[in-house]
Amino acid sequence: MTDMQKLYLLVPLAPLAGALLAGLFGKAIGRAGSHIVTILGVAVALAASVVIFQDVQAGNTFNGTVYTWMKSGNLTFEVGFLIDPLTVMMMLVVTFVSLMVHIYTIGYMHDDPGYQRFFSYISLFTFSMLMLVMSNNFLQLFFGWEAVGLVSYLLIGFWYERPTAIYANLKAFLVNRVGDFGFLLGIGLIAAYTGSLNYAEVFAKGSELAAQDMAVTGWPLITAICICLFIGAMGKSAQVPLHVWLPDSMEGPTPISALIHAATMVTAGIFMVARMSPLFELSDVALSFVLVIGATTALFMGFLGIVQNDIKRVVAYSTLSQLGYMTVALGVSAYSAAVFHLMTHAFFKALLFLGAGSVIIGMHHDQDMRNMGGLWKYMPITWITSLLGSLALIGFPFFAGFYSKDSIIEAVHASHIPGAGYALFCVLAGVFVTAFYSFRMYFLVFHGKERFGNNHGHHDHEGDHDDEEVSADHHHGLAPGQKPHESPWVVTLPLVLLAVPSVVIGFFTIEPMLFGNWFKGVIHVGSNHVGLSELAAQFHGPVAMALHGLQTAPFWLAMGGVVLAWFFYMVRPDIPAAIQRTFRPVHALLENKYFFDRFNEIVFAGGSRLIGKGLWKAGDQGIIDGVAVNGTARLVGWVAQISRLFQTGHLYQYAFAMIIGVFILLTFWFNLV
Amino acid sequence: MTGMPFLSLAIWIPILGGLLVLATGSDRNAPLARSLSMLVALVGFVVTIPLFTQFDASSSSMQFAEFLPWIPRFNINYHLGVDGISVLFVLLNSFITIIVVMAGWQVIQEKVAQYMAAFLIMSGLMNGIFSALDGILFYVFFEASLIPLYLVIGIWGGANRVYAAIKFFLYTLLGSLLMLIALLYLFMEAGGSFSILDWHKLPLAMPAQTLIFWAFLIAFAVKVPMWPVHTWLPDAHVEAPTGGSVVLAAIALKLGAYGFLRFSLPIVPDASQAMAPMMIALSLIAVIYIGFVALVQTDMKKLVAYSSISHMGFVTLGFFMFNVVGLEGALVQMISHGFVSGAMFLCIGVLYDRMHTRNIADYGGVVKTMPKFAAFFMLFAMANAGLPGTSGFIGEFMVVLGAVQFNFWVAFAAATTLILGAAYTLWMYKRVVFGVVGNSHVAELEDIGGREFAFLGILALCVLAMGLYPFPFTEVMHTSVNELLRHVAVSKL
Repeated sequence: MTDMQKLYLLVPLAPLAGALLAGLFGKAIGRAGSHIVTILGVAVALAASVVIFQDVQAGNTFNGTVYTWMKSGNLTFEVGFLIDPLTVMMMLVVTFVSLMVHIYTIGYMHDDPGYQRFFSYISLFTFSMLMLVMSNNFLQLFFGWEAVGLVSYLLIGFWYERPTAIYANLKAFLVNRVGDFGFLLGIGLIAAYTGSLNYAEVFAKGSELAAQDMAVTGWPLITAICICLFIGAMGKSAQVPLHVWLPDSMEGPTPISALIHAATMVTAGIFMVARMSPLFELSDVALSFVLVIGATTALFMGFLGIVQNDIKRVVAYSTLSQLGYMTVALGVSAYSAAVFHLMTHAFFKALLFLGAGSVIIGMHHDQDMRNMGGLWKYMPITWITSLLGSLALIGFPFFAGFYSKDSIIEAVHASHIPGAGYALFCVLAGVFVTAFYSFRMYFLVFHGKERFGNNHGHHDHEGDHDDEEVSADHHHGLAPGQKPHESPWVVTLPLVLLAVPSVVIGFFTIEPMLFGNWFKGVIHVGSNHVGLSELAAQFHGPVAMALHGLQTAPFWLAMGGVVLAWFFYMVRPDIPAAIQRTFRPVHALLENKYFFDRFNEIVFAGGSRLIGKGLWKAGDQGIIDGVAVNGTARLVGWVAQISRLFQTGHLYQYAFAMIIGVFILLTFWFNLV
Repeated sequence: MTGMPFLSLAIWIPILGGLLVLATGSDRNAPLARSLSMLVALVGFVVTIPLFTQFDASSSSMQFAEFLPWIPRFNINYHLGVDGISVLFVLLNSFITIIVVMAGWQVIQEKVAQYMAAFLIMSGLMNGIFSALDGILFYVFFEASLIPLYLVIGIWGGANRVYAAIKFFLYTLLGSLLMLIALLYLFMEAGGSFSILDWHKLPLAMPAQTLIFWAFLIAFAVKVPMWPVHTWLPDAHVEAPTGGSVVLAAIALKLGAYGFLRFSLPIVPDASQAMAPMMIALSLIAVIYIGFVALVQTDMKKLVAYSSISHMGFVTLGFFMFNVVGLEGALVQMISHGFVSGAMFLCIGVLYDRMHTRNIADYGGVVKTMPKFAAFFMLFAMANAGLPGTSGFIGEFMVVLGAVQFNFWVAFAAATTLILGAAYTLWMYKRVVFGVVGNSHVAELEDIGGREFAFLGILALCVLAMGLYPFPFTEVMHTSVNELLRHVAVSKL
């Protein structure tokens, strides 16, 4: 094993070691010990990733096996690493955001009794996510895929006494399992038709797969594979209709909303499809499917962000919508744009979530934006960093989000794949919607009238986190007269460190990532697809792009959204209320999230229970036990009842029966012989 | 070392040791009975280790073979041997026996010697089943193993134990009578041989094959249990003491499945091929139908019992697709299910010992008072739901891979377990472990002690070790599985 390979191993194992130490010996090493070992583990992973990044830049990639997990038939199951530009970019994003979140957690979870457990979980998550992105085969991908799901489940239900939290985590796990159902079948198809689970070997057989139809169903094989895999991505990356778990996942503590449910885990689906680009490129049907699902998510989830009053839920719907943008990029073969947006989004969305968390700390765990307002005065760092994050999110020129989002929109514009027209409408309208809900939130939280401390007589909150463990009600809020306060440095430092890339990373990386050779040989775009080639032809450097961006529709749409939000929530707050009254049915539709939850609850959850009860009561107890088993017993009993009639104990009856018997026997004997 | 009769030791040490434990008599000597049982269980396990370490994985023939004439007049022999399919079950069985002795250590306070003896004797008999190569020897072990389990349920069981014990006994006994007839028929056809290996080579006409297949099917399907002859299992589990449930789930259910591999497939391959669609259909019904039924159970033990049936559906599914991945997946699933379902029943036992109720609604918020227990229970619940990294994943994964090779729709139906298994397991977990402390009894619960920590910890290590590195487990079986599949593919007509 070379030194470099040892370093590859170190990246996932360091966080794992931290997780195990904090998880198993949390009591012994204490609170400080727990955060030190876990932060150290993640910091080591980040440092190693940086070294690996430089090595990859120098042209050294790696694809090899760590150990053979199992063999069966002609299939070899391995654990191995693929280190290439895509991987190393993900490693940097994951370890950097994770490190920020680790530090932030010291402040956010300061008084929580589950402190060590929390650190253990987030380090375990980091390990799982790294295993996912570093994998060179489908088995390990699935392992990481499920492991991040497990940690997500544990963390959404971290405050396990809240009924809403343990409802949300079960829901998240099960909805993800629906996606995994497709994912597993996709992997199964790959294994069955290529005899391998190794990426490189499978990709090499891509054209072979594209020429085949499936055995029993007769479907085009490659389309079936890609759609099955994408169903997995729909679960993990929360695409309609499997998005329902993500808003509820906000029941978890805010640091994990930032790390898992915004920056990293939910982008696993995007990463996976980008990684599978050699397969997806072979099926236009699958790409169109991806495109339409993504476009729908991008626009319609954005609408929902408008009607939310919980600060975290606004950011959650924004995440859904942005994941939709990434998916759209995948659909138009602009994989590198999807991954680029994944990266910029990871920074600014983690920033927005952590900013929201900082606000929540300042507000003493009140998350309702209607109780906020004017916070800029009290929380200057949170205010400025959140503003920067919001500008990045709406795609303001020169900010990170501008470069990635504009590239996606341009790529959709250039695409000829079926569904591109619809997608273009969705992503353009989505720009307006994004700007509107983002700045609605921004104005409601940081500007306008101070609405805190004068409402709904909340109980006081001495030791609010401890309290939180006991009470299911997590809306505490400020007491009358109490003012919000800026958060401690462990909270604000990550905000600042995330704000920097949120502003500049797009400017510096767009050229190599989208138009350079960075993803050459990793991301594959078929010659029949436009991808980013038209965009590349028009690209004259990031400055020119930003300046040109000032004259394009997306910019003006975004500005329109910002101005409208300002007008509605700063100048004339009566208008939104009036609109709400006038368009009550629309508002009800949005308020109820298009009734997805109720539908699932009644049809799937209720239906399953009904089927279960039916099969149990009618099938098992009624027919099998009632008729067959106990029926047999009754039959035996009945025969016994009858035969008992003959066992009278009266000698003359036996004698009589014997005589008849002998008579019959004799008759037969003489007649037959 | 190959001269040592390891298989005989694996069979007779527990049986004779069990009799010795029985001789300690009344409960005055309970501590002695416990220690002695542990010693016997440990020695019984240690003698099986060479079976694994000295096993020649490159050979598909029967290893560690022993041959002694038993009833020469009918050519019945004491013929033992293991191949890559059966060797793992001997180890699993001997291993689980240790866990069962530990689990009953404090919980059983009455008739301790008899309880321990029953399990030890049962363990020896089950090793006999997995290593017998003579039809009658197999049958004797197969039937004899019913008796200790029947007694365990009937004596140490719950309120309705007599009903459950009789249901269990009659159900399984009726099934195996037909098998005896099939064995006798094969004896005649084979020109007076009870050797299973001879029967593997015996040409048989299709009608005979079909009848024999059905006779075996009824015997083994009841044991597995397959739908629709499964209803004895939930009753038996609910009434059985924890140790009984563990052995029932971890070992007894494997006997039927093992029977398919040792008898049905190689002896009547043509009938097996012909009946495969039906077997696959029954397996899928078990996976889906039982998955739904498990969802609505209100009794934890019943829920896990139904989940066992559903998981065993994967095993029979893997057998009858006749491909390597599916069949090996089924074998892995059997081993894993031994660990996972055993552990699930132990977890429920831990709760039951404290609360004396198995009703899910009587719990809630257990994690608050029993955090260590909750962590173990979470691991096993996740293994039960087939999470990668645990042993529960591998079998399901491989069987689904095998199913895709076989027929996409079969795979589609089988993969629903990903959703159903997670739904019933985690929904139960949520209601029992999470939430606010349900009542004052839960509030007073004590977390697991050292002994409970030990047996749950050992099983947790097994579940994780197998999940992270299944290579050693699966290497053993390749040659035998390939040989079996090659054999099944050749017509005997």
